[in-house]
Amino acid sequence: MRRGNIIANLDWITIMLYLLLVIMGWLNIFSAVYSEGHPSILDINQRYGKQFIWILAAIIMAIAIVLIDHRFYEFFGYILYGTAILILLAVLVAGKEINGSKSWFALGGFQIQPSEFAKPAVALALAKYLSTFNINSKKFSTLLKVGIIIFLPSLLILLQPDTGSALVFFAFVLPVYREGFSGAILIGMFALALLFILVLVSNELVLLASIIALGFIAYWLMVKSFKNLILAVLIFIAFFFISLGASYLFGNSLEYYPAALISMVLSIITYLILAYIHRIRKVGILMLVVAATVFYTFAVNYSFDHFLSDYQQRRVNIMLGIQSDPLGAGYNVNQSMIAIGSGGVVGKGFLQGTQTKLNFVPEQSTDFIFCTVGEEWGFLGTTIVIILFLYLFIRLITLAELQKEKFARVFGYGLVSVMFLHFFINIAMTIGLFPVVGIPLPFFSYGGSSLWAFTIFLFIFLRLDAGRKE
Amino acid sequence: MINQYFQRKYIIGGIILLAGLVLLFRLFYLQVVNSSYKLSAENNSKREVIQYPARGLMYDRNGTLLVSNQAAYDVMLTPGQLDAFDTISFIKILGISLADVRSGIKKAKEYSSFAPSVFMKQVSGEIASVLQEQLYKFPGFFVQTRTLRKYPRNIAAHLMGYVGEVDKNIIGNNPYYQMGDYIGISGVEKRYEEILRGVKGKKNYLVDVHSRITGSYQGGRFDVPAKIGKDITLTIDADLQEYGESLMKNFTGSIVAIEPSSGEMLCMVSTPSYPPDLLVGRGLSHNFNSLSSDTLNPLFNRAIAASYPPGSTFKLINALVGLQEKVITPATEFGCQSGYAFKGQFLGCHSHRSPLDLREGIQNSCNSYFVNVFRRIMEDPKFGSTDQAFNNWRKHLLSFGLGNTLNSDLSGELKGFIPKDEYYNKYYGKDHWNFLTIRSLAIGQGELGVTPLQMANLTSAIANQGYYITPHVLKAVIGEESIDPAYLERHYTSIDTTYFPIVIDGMELAVNGGAGSTAGRAKIEGIVVCGKTGTAENPHGEDHSIFIAFAPRENPKIAIAVYIENGGFGGTWAAPVASLMIEKYLTREVKRKYLEDYIYNAEIKRK
Ligand SMILES: [Zn+2]
Repeated sequence: MRRGNIIANLDWITIMLYLLLVIMGWLNIFSAVYSEGHPSILDINQRYGKQFIWILAAIIMAIAIVLIDHRFYEFFGYILYGTAILILLAVLVAGKEINGSKSWFALGGFQIQPSEFAKPAVALALAKYLSTFNINSKKFSTLLKVGIIIFLPSLLILLQPDTGSALVFFAFVLPVYREGFSGAILIGMFALALLFILVLVSNELVLLASIIALGFIAYWLMVKSFKNLILAVLIFIAFFFISLGASYLFGNSLEYYPAALISMVLSIITYLILAYIHRIRKVGILMLVVAATVFYTFAVNYSFDHFLSDYQQRRVNIMLGIQSDPLGAGYNVNQSMIAIGSGGVVGKGFLQGTQTKLNFVPEQSTDFIFCTVGEEWGFLGTTIVIILFLYLFIRLITLAELQKEKFARVFGYGLVSVMFLHFFINIAMTIGLFPVVGIPLPFFSYGGSSLWAFTIFLFIFLRLDAGRKE
Repeated sequence: MINQYFQRKYIIGGIILLAGLVLLFRLFYLQVVNSSYKLSAENNSKREVIQYPARGLMYDRNGTLLVSNQAAYDVMLTPGQLDAFDTISFIKILGISLADVRSGIKKAKEYSSFAPSVFMKQVSGEIASVLQEQLYKFPGFFVQTRTLRKYPRNIAAHLMGYVGEVDKNIIGNNPYYQMGDYIGISGVEKRYEEILRGVKGKKNYLVDVHSRITGSYQGGRFDVPAKIGKDITLTIDADLQEYGESLMKNFTGSIVAIEPSSGEMLCMVSTPSYPPDLLVGRGLSHNFNSLSSDTLNPLFNRAIAASYPPGSTFKLINALVGLQEKVITPATEFGCQSGYAFKGQFLGCHSHRSPLDLREGIQNSCNSYFVNVFRRIMEDPKFGSTDQAFNNWRKHLLSFGLGNTLNSDLSGELKGFIPKDEYYNKYYGKDHWNFLTIRSLAIGQGELGVTPLQMANLTSAIANQGYYITPHVLKAVIGEESIDPAYLERHYTSIDTTYFPIVIDGMELAVNGGAGSTAGRAKIEGIVVCGKTGTAENPHGEDHSIFIAFAPRENPKIAIAVYIENGGFGGTWAAPVASLMIEKYLTREVKRKYLEDYIYNAEIKRK
């Protein structure tokens, strides 16, 4: 390739994938909100017409980004990050409240969602920090700084509250892992994120039982002694029945949750004593982790109950699908699954979907746009969309690995990870594999903020990649 | 050294691919393996049923019901829910042909495949109930109830107007209306559309594949209850209106009666007319077409949209202007030798004693007298020229509500015509015309156009001795406090109150003065009727007969204007009709059966 020819240096396979996904998204928005009174896809009174304008704007942004020198992004990484934090603070104060969340700035006729733009900013700052010379991934202070870069914006977004968007920041654990940080961080973060949702979604007792069960499994993996495992389980069961019996005797009722909690504390003490006698050091650490996890679940529950107003709690609950609507929990997901399921193998055809058209599916053009794909294009369509996304992700990983600069590589992994998590959570929630947290499907969902933010994110990386060849 | 962890890309890539596979497996299960969702989707159809509010009723001033509602049933079709159905029993129930079904379905599909449209309008209640029972056999069809107008008295068609289906134009201009909706097209129905119609509501139902309602959509979250239309009371007296229509059945013309103290219109008759129930329901468009092609033009509301010269009734105005401008006094006398001659021009008059004073001039309707009055007005030395004197005269006329729409609450009011000086300047040249040129204005002929409504209003202003209240037909919206304040305001004429009794004396004499009175036929025993005849010259045929009157003299309760086209002299037909109307209104029954018979047996050649 010739030096300095930016057009030739861009990765056109990625750009083609991008355009393909954006256009498919636009057609599906058209179909989802199609109104017979406004049959033109360019009618700007309708969402599809507006999306067209946003697509044009996104392309202009992409061109602008590509024209800027690639060193600009590394040089201004922290400043852009700082700006993003300031804007996130500002939206908490001066933002417009929609559906109970202060996540939006109203500018003239339309709204901007700053949390979308915080994601590329975090990727820039994280890439810049991890690419500093002589960084030591084993040092705790390094880990702490990485944690702050990633989770400070996430925390601010959680305060809006916008649980879905806050959750997405866990994606940045992947680039951190790629740069040589311990795999335990990956598993730990994954576990924390999962636990976070589980605490809000599921019943306390089930949660506690799961933690205890996981503790036993971890113990067995570490010690590899079946005999010790049986012993440990028996000790716990004994304590549990004693506690339960005591609650029945004194309180005249079977209190499972306190019984499980008390028996857990008693068991841990017993295990620690036994471990000390038999000089098994690893057990101490395991017990610490289990206790910390239980403490964490309390903390999440406590902060949810005490730091959020009733109204905000209800919104989060609705977002998590706990209190979805008057027709009972799970209505949205159920309708969404009916829409997708009714598409069959080849779908009902363009503009022929009845479920999305008759408003059975909520948020059909934004968070549930995948329903239209599923209903009108069937399994064939959903498979093509998923394969296109997977191809894009693999392509981006390949490009990221080709980078000579560590900055560009970390940024590329950040991009893939965030996009992937959006993709996975969004589709998973429409098919009932994940609670309904309102996050958009990249390039598909209706809305300027999401489209623009992902376009900016992608094209900064493509610019960095082109810079590699100069 | 830097890239020692590169193999972790496989783990990251692996996680992504694995997640993608999980999604694909789940989708394969939902879309290919499990067919229960397909079934759910079929059972998951929404039907939006518009709730049409009952249109507001109309009552007359005495609480008599004038307009009410009747139920009608439209067969609706949502083409998207259509499925193979038992066509034979379908056409049997509706009594239509297979071709009708095909073209109906085609039309509905052209309109929209998801939105319901009218398949067959206004089927009978029996058909509707049979169809309703067997609806499960005909997926995509349903029955929608609407209300149509019903006219218990079948009178006052022009005044009330009619209700018809909206056209594309209306739908385009007002998003409230949808295909198949009804709207007031004319008269009160049009003017008070928003009060009468109420606000449509809607109910959303879930229906299964057999078009059966299985429940309310999303718990009725999106349902909007209909707001019922408001009832109104009109100022019309139904009995008087009905009587007026019967008196006019042999004539072309109109009657407008107003209560002077309030401006309330007591009746508004325009003939030929039509029974309002012709323009209801399925017969509407056919009947409308035959009415509009009728050469007698029964759809035309002459009371507000026809203008005629006022004829001799105009002498009252000239008398008032002459008194106001002090060019005559009540005692001013002028002679008349069967007409008025000046500079070789002659204007005829009938024979009567001479000379006459102002009151007698009105009583005898002497042409010579009023040409003299008009000459004094036009040659008034106060004004430098005929031009200025003319403009001043015209200003007085406008203060009676002539030459412009009155802004009543009836749509389609004509302005009428009172010429400006420019009109004559253009025709004859500036300073090339004088009182003689325009002498016919003295006796209400020539370039003058006044509608019967304006004429009744003028009469009302004389009855009130100097002011009128804009005539209107809405008395009250039931349940609301007040009407438009514009219909309470007094509009004062430019004539001082003191001059009116003199002219009213003349009007009283015209009816009750015995020999020489031009309107003796309007006399009613025990009621002092004040009136004035008029004859509008008609270049196309027999002159139009005009009569204006109010009664009783003290505290007038009714002011009336009657126009009978081709009726000849005002005293012949118009005066007795007005008199019967006054008797009917003031005494509630008519004793003069001979006069009634005279009118009922009238034969007039209509032109
Ligand atoms: Zn005379």
